[in-house]
Amino acid sequence: MRLKIERRKNDPTKLSIFLMSVLSVLISLAILGLIILSLGKNPINAYVQLTSWPFGTVAGLTQTLISMMPLLFTSLGVLIAFKMKLWNIGAEGQFYMGAFAATWGALFLFKGISSPWLMLPLLAAFAAGFGGAWGAAAGWMKAKLGVNEILSTLMLNYIAIYWVNYLVYGPWKGKGSYNFPITATFPKAAILPQYTSDGLNLGIFLAIATSFFVFYLLKRTKFGFHMDIVGDNPIAAKYSGINVKKMTIAVLAISGAISGLGGMMQMSGVLFRLQPNFSPGYGYTAIIVAWLARLNPFVAIAVAFLFGGLLVGTQQIQLFLQIPFSLVSVFEGLVLFSLISGEALLRYKISFKGVRT
Amino acid sequence: MSHDILTSTFAGAIRSGTPLLFATLGEILAERSGILNLGVEGMMLIGAFTGFAVSYTTSNLWLAVVAAMGAAAILASLHAFVSITLKVNQVVSGLALVFLGAGLSGFWGQRFVGIQSVSFVNVKIPLLAEIPFVGNILFNRDPLVYVGYVLAPFIWWYLYKTKYGMNLRAVGEAPGAADARGINVSLTRYIYTIMGGALAGLGGAYLSLAYTSMWVENMTAGRGWIAVVLVIFAIWDPLLAMLGAYLFGGISVLQFGLQVTQTPIPPNIMKMFPYLFTVLVMLFTSSEKMKKRFGAPSALGVPYSREEKT
Repeated sequence: MRLKIERRKNDPTKLSIFLMSVLSVLISLAILGLIILSLGKNPINAYVQLTSWPFGTVAGLTQTLISMMPLLFTSLGVLIAFKMKLWNIGAEGQFYMGAFAATWGALFLFKGISSPWLMLPLLAAFAAGFGGAWGAAAGWMKAKLGVNEILSTLMLNYIAIYWVNYLVYGPWKGKGSYNFPITATFPKAAILPQYTSDGLNLGIFLAIATSFFVFYLLKRTKFGFHMDIVGDNPIAAKYSGINVKKMTIAVLAISGAISGLGGMMQMSGVLFRLQPNFSPGYGYTAIIVAWLARLNPFVAIAVAFLFGGLLVGTQQIQLFLQIPFSLVSVFEGLVLFSLISGEALLRYKISFKGVRT
Repeated sequence: MSHDILTSTFAGAIRSGTPLLFATLGEILAERSGILNLGVEGMMLIGAFTGFAVSYTTSNLWLAVVAAMGAAAILASLHAFVSITLKVNQVVSGLALVFLGAGLSGFWGQRFVGIQSVSFVNVKIPLLAEIPFVGNILFNRDPLVYVGYVLAPFIWWYLYKTKYGMNLRAVGEAPGAADARGINVSLTRYIYTIMGGALAGLGGAYLSLAYTSMWVENMTAGRGWIAVVLVIFAIWDPLLAMLGAYLFGGISVLQFGLQVTQTPIPPNIMKMFPYLFTVLVMLFTSSEKMKKRFGAPSALGVPYSREEKT
């Protein structure tokens, strides 16, 4: 018997893609259940605990929205790059650089500013600048020297993380931190408006507003139109007069700027002080969110919400059921595998052919 | 630097380069067949975890090595299936492999965190170890280091001097022509992608069975990605991979040497060196002109199907 694969004549419909995505998540959850079982834990119980608090209670929903915020920013960042088939895996590092810039501004450079109306936009611009520079660096290396952006953005992640570690273990260690590697707390002017005592802040609304901005950029501007062309066929784009190299640098810069902005929001909205390992891998989870949202900035809002809840829920079951947090990565890997396999099945017809005798 | 620090830095370079060497050799095999597997980091982590778990439960180090290679090979076969049979985008599949490998090793490995197990000990090679200075650095090491010494030249010989190696290269360069000559393209790609995974697993196992004697979550710390860069640095040549791996190994242990001599560079800055150096290497090796001239496999990352020739 032989597996035979032929390309289908029609492109898959939107509905079939949606159903396939849902099915992929369900299959991943089923396999994940087996993996939870392998640890001797009851998967049904784990899933109930995982979802009931983050999606079923007010306090839990608040936490879901809070962890959705950095996730949505980074997802929008990678989404823009993916749109032009640039594999920016560096949202994590760009997020770190944004947080670094915000801390630098809030604690040192703009220390004297007491008006939040001036301080917060300054921090946001500063963080977007640094995140953008981190993305643009990879863009420049790709455009000028052909450096693979997957590898360069990934290396830049490690560099950004060690840079933040250096600062918080060294020159930026706060006086009141009892020798813990944490900076001093942000001044009042550098803190985003808070709506509840448990941390819901302006950041989530700004993240959703950014989705609209990204949609506008992609669908309603000439720049977005050019991005589509370059993403589809860079050679044709070049002949039609689009400067592909410039676009590469610009898109990775915007991509990094949005993730960097997310880093600032996380500092000014949630954490108020820089510390090591302050991200549970938002920048990496963002890749799955963007992919699952099929690079649509509005769908990304919904997917980021679900994954925000997933992060919160997994922290819960880690605490109460001793199920390791790495479960999230396993799930992400499974989802990505089922998604690409499902997509292949939509595009190709697979049949078994018996050996002729 | 005193003589002692120099010796320990060079020895450290060899030790720290060995996991990179295994992973790079594995990726060379896969890429030579035309399959880009970016999941090296995930496969190394699965190898490191499986190796540790088996050595801890059985105290049998060689069994642990075999198990680590097997576990990583299973992960690689997943990549092989989706990229060869289902013809999906190999970049995305490779990324999925990283998530899966990091996730599973962290998930199953949590109960092994903070435990010490047995590890490979240095074995002196008679006569060779007596050579002044060099002997102690090169020939007073653990057995896996020696495996590396033998494996790289062997793979080089296999690639360039045997019929099988020629077929492998043909599949990566011109799958259509290889197919016409009666070589089974898919089977060849399956074999070398899986073998590449096994070698990545060996590289991971080195970290938990020889470099240290414990398991730490994400203990590869980007080495899998560095190996992908090393493949380009070595222009897909196993002997140059040896040079590259030990060079990178040297850069990563430089921080220990510098710490002993009390340089004013803070440790977190020194930890950036391997990644900075990797970026630097990419700046010089990435241009299309260079790649064409030095021979990246032409069909790298391109799925092959007999019906749709492009």
